[in-house]
Amino acid sequence: MTLTLTSVSKTYPDGTVALKPTDFHVAPGEIVSLLGPSGCGKTTLLRIVAGLETPNPGSQVKFGDDDVTELPVERRKVGMVFQSYALFPNMSVRGNIAYGLKMQKLPAAEIDQRVAEVVRLCKLEPYVDRRITALSGGQRQRVALARAFAPRPRILLLDEPLSALDAALRDTLRDELAGLLRKFGITALFVTHDQDEAMAIADKVAVMSHGTVVQVGPPEELYRNPRTRFVAGFVGHAVHLEGQVAGTTLRTQGGMLTLPRDGENCEVFVRAEDVAITPNGALKARVESSVFLGTHYRLGLSGITAGILYSNHAGLAAPARGTDVRISIDPSKLLLIDQSGATP
Amino acid sequence: MRSSTFVRLCLLPLFVFTSAFLALPLARLILSSGSGEAGWGIYQQILTTPRYTTALVQTVLLSLAVTAAALAISTTAGLFLARNRFRGRGFILSVLTLPLAFPGVVIGFLIILLGGRQGLFAQLTDGKVVFAYSMLGLFLGYIYFSIPRVLLTVMAATEKLDPNLEEAARSLGASSAQVVRDVILPGLAPSLVAAGAIAFATAMGAFGTAFTLATNIDVLPMVIYTEFTLSANIAMASALSIILGFVTWLLLVFARGFSGSSAAAGG
Repeated sequence: MTLTLTSVSKTYPDGTVALKPTDFHVAPGEIVSLLGPSGCGKTTLLRIVAGLETPNPGSQVKFGDDDVTELPVERRKVGMVFQSYALFPNMSVRGNIAYGLKMQKLPAAEIDQRVAEVVRLCKLEPYVDRRITALSGGQRQRVALARAFAPRPRILLLDEPLSALDAALRDTLRDELAGLLRKFGITALFVTHDQDEAMAIADKVAVMSHGTVVQVGPPEELYRNPRTRFVAGFVGHAVHLEGQVAGTTLRTQGGMLTLPRDGENCEVFVRAEDVAITPNGALKARVESSVFLGTHYRLGLSGITAGILYSNHAGLAAPARGTDVRISIDPSKLLLIDQSGATP
Repeated sequence: MRSSTFVRLCLLPLFVFTSAFLALPLARLILSSGSGEAGWGIYQQILTTPRYTTALVQTVLLSLAVTAAALAISTTAGLFLARNRFRGRGFILSVLTLPLAFPGVVIGFLIILLGGRQGLFAQLTDGKVVFAYSMLGLFLGYIYFSIPRVLLTVMAATEKLDPNLEEAARSLGASSAQVVRDVILPGLAPSLVAAGAIAFATAMGAFGTAFTLATNIDVLPMVIYTEFTLSANIAMASALSIILGFVTWLLLVFARGFSGSSAAAGG
């Protein structure tokens, strides 16, 4: 089922603009992530699609060819997975999964068969008769997903489905969730503030900031070709390299840097993994901090840009704090973001 | 001093208080109930005297009716007041909880002003509608002071309900009535049982209102009072007190058992 949003916006009664007019499209079977910091409007957008929030007049939400803008949530046929999972504590696992099917007034035999099918898909067989309180976080997540999916919704909506879990569990469950969503083959929209989560699960990521969708694309494209400084900073933590651009060179405090192309009207960004410590690098910097992270050292460097520039250094040893080092950056790894007429 | 000894010593004041002010009078009460002419047969006498059994049944039925009505009124009002913010909400809330500040006699008097022989209804209908001194008057008076107790408990419980639960039910296609049945009432059940138990116990033992209104009808606290003051039948007053306490306690235990299981079910 395709999802099409046309000039959807939301202003709260107190005048707060949660979502500026937004156009958005999700192809059938596509898994799209809404990524952004808290307060960027991503949850509002999700709740508008669900029908839990009324958008401003003039907004239009369509599932396929069906205009659902005026439909309340109970008649939209969406599956919803909440951050807290919101499982019904007074029902068993089976009761939770069957709830949506009962609301559709399906015959008992069909309900049993559909529940069994979803239970198998989500690997919940040993738990069907358990109480919700007797489940672990990961099991609850699977029940929430199974409950939302059992009534065969047109679109699956997930609101920060992993943030209620502890960090150790999150990585495994992230991959599990990605696998399940693929198996369902359903159009899904999920909200997250975690870029790793967004990239691991989604086919397409929509980065949001201050109530607008700033950039939409596959994770690779967002990472390699961010179009705004916000996307560059939020996805992969790129750092702005300050200095004067002249043709294909950037003059920083620490020395001259070659750009991959003419950088007129551009701002230059770089990520920590592309900043290399080399004996004959073009830039000069001082090591301010050094943290050992197992796979690499994370060095904080001063003297190149106004703030701290980070470098992921993969050597066996790291230069000591306070020493001067030379830095080189592969021109092809620099991110040039056009500032002429661009949004900040 | 070992810390466990210290902890046990801390229980001493509780022990002294419980013995002196709860256990001793209770023991005296039980003993004095058997000190009359009939001895311990007094309990059989109660169960075979229609005046006492009627009063007991009437009191229990009245209290149950009050509990049910107070729960129905306060749950709807509490849900609405907990969920909505509007001008005048604070005023409504303070009016609804005002009876907490009134003694039972005042509430009885208010009912007389409303439904007594010179009351508002009597004046409007040429003295045809007088209900203050009937079961209806008592029922209204008891409801009046039960509402705030239930209302405050329900509102506190409503604010703790996860709003996502209702949204989840709705997204699965549940109508408003189904959301109330499947999510809100199960979520509120433990608090409703607790509030209902308080309302019931208060109604069982209410004296001030009964004293003002129950001139023609017998409720158990009034019967106890009459036995004690007019007939000076200490044994009968004690025995009736014990029966009143026992019946109330029995129903509260029953309610707590129910609330215990629903609280476990509610996580």
